[in-house]
Amino acid sequence: MALRDKQGRPLVAVTGMGVVTSLGQGKDATWAALTAGKSGIHRINRFPTEGLRTTIAGTIDFIDVEPFCAPMLSERLAMLAAEEAVGQSGLASSDFPGALFIAVPPVEMEWPQREALAKASGQDGDVTYKDLLKAAATGEFKKWHDLFIFGTVADRVADRFGTKGSPISLSTACSSGATAIQLGVEAIRRGETDAALCIGTDGSVNPESLIRFSLLSALSTQNENPEGASKPFSKNRDGFVMGEGGAALVLENAESAKARGATILGYVLGCGEKGDNFHRTRSSPDGSPAIAALRQALDDAGVTPDDIDYINAHGTSTPENDKMESMSCTAVFGERMANLPISSNKSMIGHTLTAAGAVEAVMSLLTLSTGRIPPTINYQVPDPAIPLDVVPNVARDADVKYVLSNSFGFGGQNTCLVFGAEPK
Amino acid sequence: MRDVVITGIGIVSCAGEGLDAHLSALSGTPNTDAETFAPVPVHPVASLEWDRQIPKKSDQRQMEAWQKLGCYAAGLALDSAGAKEDADLKGRMQLIVSAGGGERDYAVDGQILSGLRNAENPGVFLNERLMGDLRPTLFLAQLSNLLAGNISIVHGVTGGSRTFMGEESSGVDAIRIARERIASGQDDIFLVGGAYNAERPDVLLIYEMGGFLWKKPYAPVRERSPDGGGMILGSGACFLVLESREHAEKRGAKPLASVAGVASDRSRRETGSVEKALHGLAKALEAKPDVVISGATGVKGITEEEQVALTDIAPGAAVHATGDVVGHTMEAQAPTGVALAAGLIAKGTAHEALVTSVGHWRGEGAIRLTKV
Repeated sequence: MALRDKQGRPLVAVTGMGVVTSLGQGKDATWAALTAGKSGIHRINRFPTEGLRTTIAGTIDFIDVEPFCAPMLSERLAMLAAEEAVGQSGLASSDFPGALFIAVPPVEMEWPQREALAKASGQDGDVTYKDLLKAAATGEFKKWHDLFIFGTVADRVADRFGTKGSPISLSTACSSGATAIQLGVEAIRRGETDAALCIGTDGSVNPESLIRFSLLSALSTQNENPEGASKPFSKNRDGFVMGEGGAALVLENAESAKARGATILGYVLGCGEKGDNFHRTRSSPDGSPAIAALRQALDDAGVTPDDIDYINAHGTSTPENDKMESMSCTAVFGERMANLPISSNKSMIGHTLTAAGAVEAVMSLLTLSTGRIPPTINYQVPDPAIPLDVVPNVARDADVKYVLSNSFGFGGQNTCLVFGAEPK
Repeated sequence: MRDVVITGIGIVSCAGEGLDAHLSALSGTPNTDAETFAPVPVHPVASLEWDRQIPKKSDQRQMEAWQKLGCYAAGLALDSAGAKEDADLKGRMQLIVSAGGGERDYAVDGQILSGLRNAENPGVFLNERLMGDLRPTLFLAQLSNLLAGNISIVHGVTGGSRTFMGEESSGVDAIRIARERIASGQDDIFLVGGAYNAERPDVLLIYEMGGFLWKKPYAPVRERSPDGGGMILGSGACFLVLESREHAEKRGAKPLASVAGVASDRSRRETGSVEKALHGLAKALEAKPDVVISGATGVKGITEEEQVALTDIAPGAAVHATGDVVGHTMEAQAPTGVALAAGLIAKGTAHEALVTSVGHWRGEGAIRLTKV
C-alpha cells in the first residue's frame, strides 16, 4: 500500500485518541454511552440557575479543579484526553516528537476573581475598574495573569507532553476542534513534522458564557426534561445545549507510524474550509460556503460523494444550523442523501463548542473501527423540511469505510474532515 | 519551495495610519496618554475615519474597538496590495488573525460588582443583572474569531479563516503558518495580522496583576530596566498581504520584501533562556541582518537578554524597537515589526532585516526578511 495520497503527500494516520465528555472519562466510556443512546445532559448544579432561561447543560461534574474556572477545567480536560491519546499511540509520554495544535475557548477573568479584586480594593462605594487596578497593583494576584491569558493552556500542555516548537492555540468558534486537526494534517503533509498532537477542549459552562449564548437565543429552553432537550433535525428543536468536553488525537505520518510498528486507528484523508461573509451568526441562505467546504474536503481526500458511508453531523439542534446542514449535504450528495446515514453526537453530549470538532472526530473514527453508528436521540417529531436518515434513537451497525465530519461556527467558519479506515 | 513576498501592508497605531507615517515615526517619540488610566500610561491610537474602510455604520456598530482597528488595517492592506476590488481574489484569499478577546461593558461590570457586595443571593443577583444588562451583541464583539469574521463581512475575504491566540506568539505563528502554506504550494495568497486595543481597563488589569506594566513617564523600552522595567501597551493593528512571488508577478503586484523565514519556539523561561532561544532562531534562519526590528517589551531581564543576543547576531545593525514606535500591541506586535522591516527594505534603507518577538511572559520568535 502506498503511504502517500494521490497528490503525493504523506498519508496522515491516527495512532492515538482520547476523550472526556459528560458521558464519562475515556473514549470507551463515552462510546459505550453514546452507542447506547444515553444522554449526558442534566440540570446545572455548578451555579444557581434562578433567573436564567436555560438551566441545563452537559457539564462535566466528575472532575474538580482549583480554582474552578474555564481555563483550569479546559486545561484538565485537555490533559486527560491527551494522556489517553498519547498513551494509546505508544509515543513517549513526556517527549512527544511533534507539534501541538490546540483549540481552546477564549478565556477571560471570571466573576469570582473580579469580586476578589473588588474586595481587596477596599472600595465601599461604587466599584469601578480603577479600584480593580489598584488591587491588582498589590502583586497579590500575580498568578491570575498567567491563568487568564490566552496562551497558558497550550503552554502547560506543551510542557507536560514535551511537544516540539511553538504550540498553536486557536479558535474558529464551533469548528475549532476540526481546525486543530486540519493544522496537524497540513504540518505533516508539508513534512514539517512526523507527528502532531491535536486537541480540542472546552470547560466553559459558567453563568456569563451561558447567558451570552442565551441572549443570542441560541440555546434550548426545554429545561423540563434535560435529556430530551437536544433534538437535532427534529421539528421541535429549539436551540443547542451547551456541553463540556476534551478530545485529543495523535496524528502521524503513516510511513513513520508503520516503521515504528504503531497500530493505525484510521486516516485523516481530507480537510476542507470556506469562509462565509453573510452574517456574524447566520449562514448564507444558499448554503454555498458550507457546500464549498464539503466539496473541498472530499476533493482533498480524493473521494467522491458516493464513497462516503456516514456523516457525523454538526447537528447542533438549532433551527438554523440543522436546516442549513441538511440543505448543504443534499446539494453535495444529491438523491443519495435521503438514505445516507447522518447522526448528531450533540443529541447526547450537547454542543461541546471549542472541543466539538475533535470530540466528533474521535467518534467518527470509532465508527470506522467498530462499524457502529451512534444515533441521533430525541428524534420523535421529524421535520418534513429535513428528510434525512438521522439514525433515529437507536445505534445501527453498518459497513463504514469513509466518514465525513462537519463543523460550522459563528463568524462564517465552515470546516469539514474526511476520515477513512484505509486510504482510498 | 516557493518564495513568499509581502505585497500589501495596512497599519494603524499612535503613529497614525499607513506605512510611511510609521517609518517616519522610527526616529520619533510615540504619543502617550498618561492620564486616562493613570498611573498606567498607554499609547492611544490616532483618530481614524472609520467610514473610509468600514463603510457601513451597521458594521461599525457591531464591533468594538479592537475589531474596528483590525478591520480598518485589513482594508488598508488590501488597498495597498491592489486586491480590494478583486472579488475573485478575495474569495480565495486565506485569512489568519492573531487575536485575544474583545471588550467588556465596564459600566455594567462595575454596577454588578457594587451590587454583589450586599446581594442577598449573589448568584441569583449575578444571573439577573447579566440577563438584564448585557447587550446581546456584545458577545460578538468579544469572541476571538470575530475579528476574522468581521474582516470577511466587511472586506469579502472568504477563502477560509483561522484565528490564533496566545499573546505575542500568536502573531509570529500566524505569519509562520501563512508563509509555510504559501511556500509549500497549498495556497497562493493570505491576509494575516492582528489588532490590539490597549485603551481598555480589563486588559490593563491582567498585565497589572502580573506586574508587567511600566508606570512612569514614557521611556524607550531599552532604558526601562534600571527602573524596574515594564511595558506600555499600545492600541493598533497591522495586516499584511503575503503571496507567492509568481502569484504576485502574475497579477502585477509589486513586492515590498521577501519573507525568507519564520522561526518560533517556547521553553520554560529561566535566566539566559531568551538569549539562547534568539541565538537558536537566528541560526535556524541564517540571519545576517543589517537592520533589526525588535519586539522587545521593556520587561526587565528578557529585554537585556535580547539586547545581548542581538550584539552577537547582528553586530553593527541598526536596531529599532516597535515598542518605541507603537507601544506593545501584543498579538499585533510581530506583524507590526514585519511591516516596518518590509518598509525599510522597500525603501532601500536595508537589504536584510530580522524581526524579533520575545513575549512578555513566554514564547520567542524571529522573522527574516530580505530584498526581493
